[in-house]
Amino acid sequence: MNNPIISLEGVEKRFGSNLVVKKMNLEIAEGEFLTLLGPSGCGKTTTLRMIAGFEEASAGVIKVEGERIEDKEPFQRNVNTVFQNYALFPHMTVFNNVAYGLTIKKVPKPEIQERVMEMLRLVQLEGFEKRKPDELSGGQKQRVAIARALVNRPKVLLLDEPLGALDLKLRKQMQIELKRLQKKLGITFIYVTHDQEEALTMSDRIAVMHDGVLEQLDVPMEIYEHPKTKFVAGFIGESNIFDGKVTDKKDNVLTVQTEAGMMQVCGADFEVGEEMHVAIRPEYMDVSKTPVEGFDLPGTVKDFIYQGTVVKTALDIKNGQEIKYSRFEQDTDIAEGNQVYVYWRPEKAVAIKKSM
Amino acid sequence: MNNKKKKNMLPALAMAGPVSVWMILFVTIPMLYIIYISFMSRGVFGDVVYKFSTESYKTILDPTYFKVILKSLKAAGITTILCLLLGYPLAYIIAHKPKDTAAKLITLIMIPFWTNSLMRLNSWLLLFQTSGPINNFLVGTGIVKEPITFIYTDGLVLIGLITNMLPFAVLPLYSTIEKLDKSLIEASADLGASAATTFMRVTLPITFPGIFSAIILVFIPSLGIYTVTDMLGGGKILYIGNIIKNQFGSIRNWPLGAALSVMLIVITMLLIFIYTRFAKIEDMEVV
Repeated sequence: MNNPIISLEGVEKRFGSNLVVKKMNLEIAEGEFLTLLGPSGCGKTTTLRMIAGFEEASAGVIKVEGERIEDKEPFQRNVNTVFQNYALFPHMTVFNNVAYGLTIKKVPKPEIQERVMEMLRLVQLEGFEKRKPDELSGGQKQRVAIARALVNRPKVLLLDEPLGALDLKLRKQMQIELKRLQKKLGITFIYVTHDQEEALTMSDRIAVMHDGVLEQLDVPMEIYEHPKTKFVAGFIGESNIFDGKVTDKKDNVLTVQTEAGMMQVCGADFEVGEEMHVAIRPEYMDVSKTPVEGFDLPGTVKDFIYQGTVVKTALDIKNGQEIKYSRFEQDTDIAEGNQVYVYWRPEKAVAIKKSM
Repeated sequence: MNNKKKKNMLPALAMAGPVSVWMILFVTIPMLYIIYISFMSRGVFGDVVYKFSTESYKTILDPTYFKVILKSLKAAGITTILCLLLGYPLAYIIAHKPKDTAAKLITLIMIPFWTNSLMRLNSWLLLFQTSGPINNFLVGTGIVKEPITFIYTDGLVLIGLITNMLPFAVLPLYSTIEKLDKSLIEASADLGASAATTFMRVTLPITFPGIFSAIILVFIPSLGIYTVTDMLGGGKILYIGNIIKNQFGSIRNWPLGAALSVMLIVITMLLIFIYTRFAKIEDMEVV
């Protein structure tokens, strides 16, 4: 990557004997919307806090525009943070909250007035400047927090689960607003969330973290369509995952034997005899009443789960695992208790290397 | 409409009723009685003669008494300021310790507070007396030639007042500082403020209700306290509390004692009035 705005090189964080971020390497391009995604405790917030300067990296190098910043105090770094609980100053009005960073930098008064009002206009909070934070709704507080950070024109904006406290509808609306705001201003966003749907909606690239390790860094579509690890396949969206061994290889089509039966998947660099995982999305699966060539995956229809846009069918398969496939409408020719054979187009499944 | 309003008042009245009765019985009536006595005159034998007189209030303005009042205000003021200067950093440090450590430290602060005050005051006297350990040390090491007279001085009284009052400053300060959201400090640093600026613009204003509670909880009792001055001042040092005690006790001038008490009450009420003007009453934190 040419001149990344932020780069992490071998960054680690240790709390006592607990290594919460392991050898993290990450380069973020200017103007990019990058999401750190992972379950709680995966080290995503700690990574963000190391960039902000609230946590000291135990090892490694953090650079902003090529300049090392690990030893700089938070107030010396040209990044700003939007906190999970907003962290608005309760004793100040909305105006003074937003103006805080500018008054610290001794920006002339008329300019402060202009920039704050412009920012409040941008987040649609005109007329709220005299309110105190406790007179605002959650969504409004969120906008103030964003305005307070953006008014300083940071190189990078760090957002720590900023929409976590909002209800679903407002969250969806704010996701789109935030993304538009980011595009309009061209500021680099580093966004922390555990909500994979949020990550897929907003990000240019997603960094999936698990147990302090960066599992996969890619554009949303690649993360969803071609997960590189078993964890990513299971965490992003819904997947049926099988553990098995390659028994045959023809062109790029692998035949894989698993406890549940035989299946096929496309994969390039796998050897016959290699242990690996197969992940398949519910929407790519098919069932037949008769066995399909290349597959030997019988299952019993357990129940149908109606979810509005799709109907999921749960099947019990040979190894006792329950797998699900989804359809827009319920299959009319099969019923609970029926024996069916599962198959799919080999290129729709993902072959995943067994992790070390 | 009117009927409805009356109906709605009933639960409120029922709730306020018992409290009001209690307040009237134990606060309002005794206070009115003190005010009433303060306008009576003193009999020849130290009894109260029920004849209206403003003599007691005129006496207060007499320079002798007035000086004592000023001196007491000054001592209470210095005690309050020193308790704040000592208490704020202490409370700040405790509030930033892990929860269980903080609880232990708070207990340590409370222990002297639970100890009998006579015992505490006597130990100060023993420590500081002419042949006490502190003077022995100073003379023994040659720092001073003659033992220093610590006891029965304003200085020792001040030490006694501060040590007596410090918990009243630390507790409300601790409870407000402890509640201060740490992410506000981080947000301030994130927006470019140094630690000192963050303290002045975020920490201090947000913990102001605690500071004001500390002021009230320290200033008002130090103004009226007489045990500390009695014991550490050896009866030589008179503050307003001692004078009131003496008027009701050995001197037997109840009207004057009552008038002085009324004055103390007025000062207290003024402070609370200022408090309610500057800090929201719901923020008031009395531990």
